[in-house]
Amino acid sequence: MIEAILHYEFLQNAFLSGIIIGFIAPLLGVFIVVRRMSLIADALSHVTLAGITGGLLLNQHIAALAFFNPIYFGIAASILGSVLIERLRVLYKHFSELAIPIIMSCGIGLSAVFISLANGFTTDVMGYLFGTVSAVSRQDLWIIVAIAVIVLLFLTIFYKELFVLSFDEEYAKASGLPATMIHFLFMIIVALTIAASMRIVGILLVSSLITLPVAGAMRLSKGFKETLVYSVVFGEMAVIIGLILAFYLDLAPGGTIVVTSIAILIIVILCKKAVQKGAQQ
Amino acid sequence: MMKTPYVELKNVSFTYESNPVLNNVSLSVEEGDFLALIGPNGSGKSTLLKIILGLLKAKGEIKLFGEPISDFQHHEWIGYVSQKSNAFNSGFPATVKEVVQSGLTKKAGLFKPMPKDAKQKVMEALKAVGMEKFINRRIGELSGGQQQRVFIARALISEPKLLVLDEPTVGVDIKHVQSFYDMLSELNKKHHLTIILVTHDIEAPFNQISHVAFLNQRILFYGSIDEYNLLPKEQIYQWYGHSVRAV
Repeated sequence: MIEAILHYEFLQNAFLSGIIIGFIAPLLGVFIVVRRMSLIADALSHVTLAGITGGLLLNQHIAALAFFNPIYFGIAASILGSVLIERLRVLYKHFSELAIPIIMSCGIGLSAVFISLANGFTTDVMGYLFGTVSAVSRQDLWIIVAIAVIVLLFLTIFYKELFVLSFDEEYAKASGLPATMIHFLFMIIVALTIAASMRIVGILLVSSLITLPVAGAMRLSKGFKETLVYSVVFGEMAVIIGLILAFYLDLAPGGTIVVTSIAILIIVILCKKAVQKGAQQ
Repeated sequence: MMKTPYVELKNVSFTYESNPVLNNVSLSVEEGDFLALIGPNGSGKSTLLKIILGLLKAKGEIKLFGEPISDFQHHEWIGYVSQKSNAFNSGFPATVKEVVQSGLTKKAGLFKPMPKDAKQKVMEALKAVGMEKFINRRIGELSGGQQQRVFIARALISEPKLLVLDEPTVGVDIKHVQSFYDMLSELNKKHHLTIILVTHDIEAPFNQISHVAFLNQRILFYGSIDEYNLLPKEQIYQWYGHSVRAV
């Protein structure tokens, strides 16, 4: 397999992008999960799909945009979706969770309309839905690298503020931290990460790479930094094992990555239970 | 020379969805005060606290350390301890050390790392509240009283001039309430920390505080503890409502 990776550019792209996403998605996922925003990842991934299908449609109908990567439309839609979610959360402050189904249905609805208008990019759409890691181009890889750099810079610069905001939002505001601004930036970073992850696991599975490694990490860790480390380890394990399985068994990589994530989570839960039982005895 | 009050409120009013919550509240907290802001449930105590902390905007004049609240930037001078029940998700994966250290965030400043002596400061703050042995424990594993001590340590770590506590004994085991108040008294007397304590607890530490403000949409009483103790018990009983017996 290593020989094949060295020979084929598409395999290099697949593994490199997988490793990058396996690092940033769970890292950001920790903040998403502890802030109880797991469903936002789902809503934004569906909005991203609307952007991508819209982009594919424009590729078909406008000659000037024929070679414009639809991922850019996906990124733009995802950012717009994150801004709209925030607006709706303020508008429905007593039922803020309503923002998620509103944006999610909007994303699915628009995607369906764009697909029906296009009549012809079913294969492309399937790739975006379930991931087509083998179709990751060098250009896609560079976009993923750029997004990863932005995400890591953001998390490094605002780590301490994000921790306070995640742990106790009221305290963060009372401390005079620019909570609204940091939250807004955070939402944009989430949108970027989702757009970057979808090539690997697909839009329908992207939230699993953000949440499943964190779910496993939270069973084992005592502190926040430990949670970050375990999440990244589980995320990378899922991506690498998933891609290897997909290569040898000729399976859909997105699916194998997510199934591996679930397997890791089940193993962690069972091991933790066994250890707890042993300690009690 | 007259000292600048730490908190100065003049004719502060607040309305929530056209319901008046606070009506012309005027209050002053001086350096070294230990003020108990008391009143029945729904009297506007927590709202007033949120206004002082800048979490809510109200009509009237509000000054912190002599500066209008809109210009006030030194939030690290104010340590805030919220109601335990609202403060955090007990499943949150964080150690006591991480929680206390987060109290330095504002003081360290945006785009800057934590100070190098952060670990030492965490230890000192935990020692001040008697929780140094728990530094590596997960916050959710601690009892309600221990968690509140940790949150006070988080407030103390930035070396505030004013400590503001909103119903800190809610959810705290009754046997630990007195020792909790003793600790606040020590912080006030030995460490010269000015304290505003919001409570509906009629058995709050009235032997340890210096001033009392009784709030029920408006200030019904504001004065020293000695003046408060001279009030007829029936009066306090009436302010609180018939379901509470004044002690």
